Amino acid sequence: MLRHLTTTILGQRLRSAVGGDVLRRMYHERVVDHYNNPRNVGSFDKNDPNVGTGLVGAPACGDVMKLQIRVDEESGKIVDACFKTFGCGSAIASSSVATEWVKGKPMEEVLSIKNTEIAKHLSLPPVKLHCSMLAEDAIKAAVKDYEAKRSKSNGSQDAEPLGKAADA
Amino acid sequence: MASKLLANAVRRNLCKPTGASFLRRPFSTATAVAAVEPLEEESSGISMKGVKISGRPLYLDMQATSPVDPRVLDAMLPYYLSRYGNPHSRTHLYGWESERAVESARAQVSALINASPKEIIFTSGATESNNISIKGVMHFYRDKKRHVITTQTEHKCVLDSCRHLQQEGFDITYLPVKQDGLVDLETLRASIRPDTGLVSVMMVNNEIGVIQPMEEIGKICKEFNVPFHTDAAQALGKIPIDVDKMNISLMSLSGHKIYGPKGIGALYMRRRPRIRVEPQMNGGGQERGIRSGTVPTPLVVGFGAACELAMKEMEYDEKRIRELQERLLNGIRGKLEGVVVNGSEESRYAGNLNISFAFVEGESLLMGLKEVAVSSGSACTSASLEPSYVLRALGVEEDMAHTSIRYGIGRFTTEDEIDRAVELTVKQVEKLREMSPLYEMYKDGIDIKSIQWAQH
Repeated sequence: MLRHLTTTILGQRLRSAVGGDVLRRMYHERVVDHYNNPRNVGSFDKNDPNVGTGLVGAPACGDVMKLQIRVDEESGKIVDACFKTFGCGSAIASSSVATEWVKGKPMEEVLSIKNTEIAKHLSLPPVKLHCSMLAEDAIKAAVKDYEAKRSKSNGSQDAEPLGKAADA
Repeated sequence: MASKLLANAVRRNLCKPTGASFLRRPFSTATAVAAVEPLEEESSGISMKGVKISGRPLYLDMQATSPVDPRVLDAMLPYYLSRYGNPHSRTHLYGWESERAVESARAQVSALINASPKEIIFTSGATESNNISIKGVMHFYRDKKRHVITTQTEHKCVLDSCRHLQQEGFDITYLPVKQDGLVDLETLRASIRPDTGLVSVMMVNNEIGVIQPMEEIGKICKEFNVPFHTDAAQALGKIPIDVDKMNISLMSLSGHKIYGPKGIGALYMRRRPRIRVEPQMNGGGQERGIRSGTVPTPLVVGFGAACELAMKEMEYDEKRIRELQERLLNGIRGKLEGVVVNGSEESRYAGNLNISFAFVEGESLLMGLKEVAVSSGSACTSASLEPSYVLRALGVEEDMAHTSIRYGIGRFTTEDEIDRAVELTVKQVEKLREMSPLYEMYKDGIDIKSIQWAQH
């Protein structure tokens, strides 16, 4: 009884008078790990012809992911990838996992990465599934951007226009 | 005799160091601050919900709840252990002494708001008091009055009660607020109709801490003879409240926000002119028939003690908390740019600091701030993807609404805790900005608002 009186509530941050009902949320160890030790954070030069940039999401939704891939021209394999994300821990982890998985793979294979695989790897709860969806979209957008660059550079010398974000 | 032995055993137990550092330093939540002090708990620290931390977090979430003041606990314990009678038992000493304690607590609560003890009804909390005020008043006057005015930034229980009334056929006006969070008095005046039965505006907002212009609103309500209800859960004991000066008819109070126990609150109901309500809890007619049910004596005694302490220490606390708030804000602003305070900076309760950090998302920041217990107004922390409705009502841009953090400072917060919170916050924000594409775009000089985002 006394212990009840003298224990304070741990994890108070989830219970607050700030709107919304509270869900029981568990950060899987992998998500926390990716957050604390993020892999492949960074940027490549957008104008480099070997780099494809995928920019997906919207600040209004609370999630923006920028995924960049560097592709080796002859083999068509992705030699390096990096990301930057504005979003919750699950979004950061999803994009981090995405960069890890695309490295060393050919572009066609990478398009088959599904959001469900990412979600399973990170044990994402249902409310966070959209983070993995966004990561899948980011991969596809990066590949698409690279191919658009390639076809353009075969035609003209223009770099990708700045204002366009990829289609979701 | 037996109870004395029991009480001694209790006292011994309380003072015995059981290994939990909380008991050793009951006034401090600063275990994470003194990083050099070895904890006698598991050497690996505490692990919960997949998160490992070295000790208990700093508590900076005073708007959610507050620790019970040990003096309040001292006042409550006898009523659990030896004087445990039901205050409504009329036939024996246990009942009489319990009733006496309840009445004296009632006087303590009423003294804090300059009311008469006869005008205080004890309830289970501010949520119940809000329900009684809104639904009770409108149901009582349902034949003549069909309109309620409230604001968009009210607490969920007020908004939900209004929604319930709407379903029953009443009209509700949700007043917008200005960018600093304050109600526009002219808009309020214009929305009052002949059939307006209640105006409900909270005194201090729980999310952003702004203090509404209570006396002016009270004047307007008096002019039109409309009852004025206010949710003062966050305001009680922190800013001076005078129900006569502010012309308040109904007021909801909460115990656990002023270092009192959880599970108790009160409703102030004016007697001159008398405001009538339909009871929401039916039963034996306790609390003047407004709220039936056994009045929980220990909780009520605790609430009363907390109010008395608040009256004595209000000024001292306010000065101290204001200094701590300035220390926090200047510490963060000194090292980071893109820091925006949400809500009016002048008309604000010092213990509530709601800040938005540009280019950083709230939930990821909270994940990094696991050694500090704070709260966020961002989407991910609520069930839907929508950011906090209070911030939206302020007109905060959506991307900024996702980034807000609310720091709550209280009576037991120390300077070391503030310094450590500043240090941790700055570190996490910098790390997240490194990871943020929006920050990168901002640094490159790209105008983020001009980009066409692909909606998901």
